[in-house]
Amino acid sequence: MVNEICVHIMDIVANSLTAEAKNICIFITRDNKKNFLSMKIVDDGKGMSEEMAKKVVDPFFSTKTGKKTGLGVPLLKGTAEHCGGNFYLKSKVRKGTEIYSSFVLNHPDLPLLGNIKETILVSVISNPEVDFKFHYTINGNRFILDTKEIKAQLGDVPINHPEIIKFLRIYLDENL
Amino acid sequence: MAKLTIEDLRKIKEKVHAETSLRDGAWRVKVTVHMGTCGIVSGAREVMSALIQEIEEAGVTDVMVTTSGCMGLCSREPLVTVEAMEQEPIKYEYMNANKMRQVFKRHILQGEVQTPFVLAKGAEIIK
Repeated sequence: MVNEICVHIMDIVANSLTAEAKNICIFITRDNKKNFLSMKIVDDGKGMSEEMAKKVVDPFFSTKTGKKTGLGVPLLKGTAEHCGGNFYLKSKVRKGTEIYSSFVLNHPDLPLLGNIKETILVSVISNPEVDFKFHYTINGNRFILDTKEIKAQLGDVPINHPEIIKFLRIYLDENL
Repeated sequence: MAKLTIEDLRKIKEKVHAETSLRDGAWRVKVTVHMGTCGIVSGAREVMSALIQEIEEAGVTDVMVTTSGCMGLCSREPLVTVEAMEQEPIKYEYMNANKMRQVFKRHILQGEVQTPFVLAKGAEIIK
């Protein structure tokens, strides 16, 4: 098990990037009343065949040559199922992949959510050519960060320019 | 002070335009943080975060930050590759936020390779 839910997010996003995704949507929903936490990551990468989608939940399967283990997806599935939640993975070749997992919020073994701001910032800045859309909902209050919207304002200034990093850091601090 | 909004970006854009000339794809140094499951679990995000913070504070626009997957040396993660123009790439092993700050200040900005943290020199060859 990993020590932060955010680590799983980064990990699944890394998979999406490997699959050459250009748009990645991340949905995180926390509801204290319903005692529920969920995360869903949807990408438009190259997707997987049905057969391969079944294999990726096996920790001893990897798409890379010379590597015998692939722990990202199995670890997430394990955490979700262990913490009283659900997990599913839907994928279509050339369409993309959707990975959903949910957790019981007060489950004693649930990892901390972790630093969501840093996770967003790191993903956006290190992949300027990819568009991210974060939907972060806490008890019904929704915050959305859409890099397409940001890039439309920026024009030719790159999103990883120091001034923009500064802006994003303050913006995330104020809104999350 | 009022909260920042996405519209404020327009002002920042104008400021950036007034202060600097933007060069397309003119990177002096490319830094790759390896972010496979192994890297992320052993702290690659904190390393990347420290690097981004340093770039922000130093205000440098010629350092490109990127990520890549696992390169098969999971036990030595977090790994960082620093590739300066016309120089061999340097791979740093067992990185953390502080080492990253040192590598940024010494190697990336001043060109001094931080030998104690180096794993290897040269490009990755996958056989």
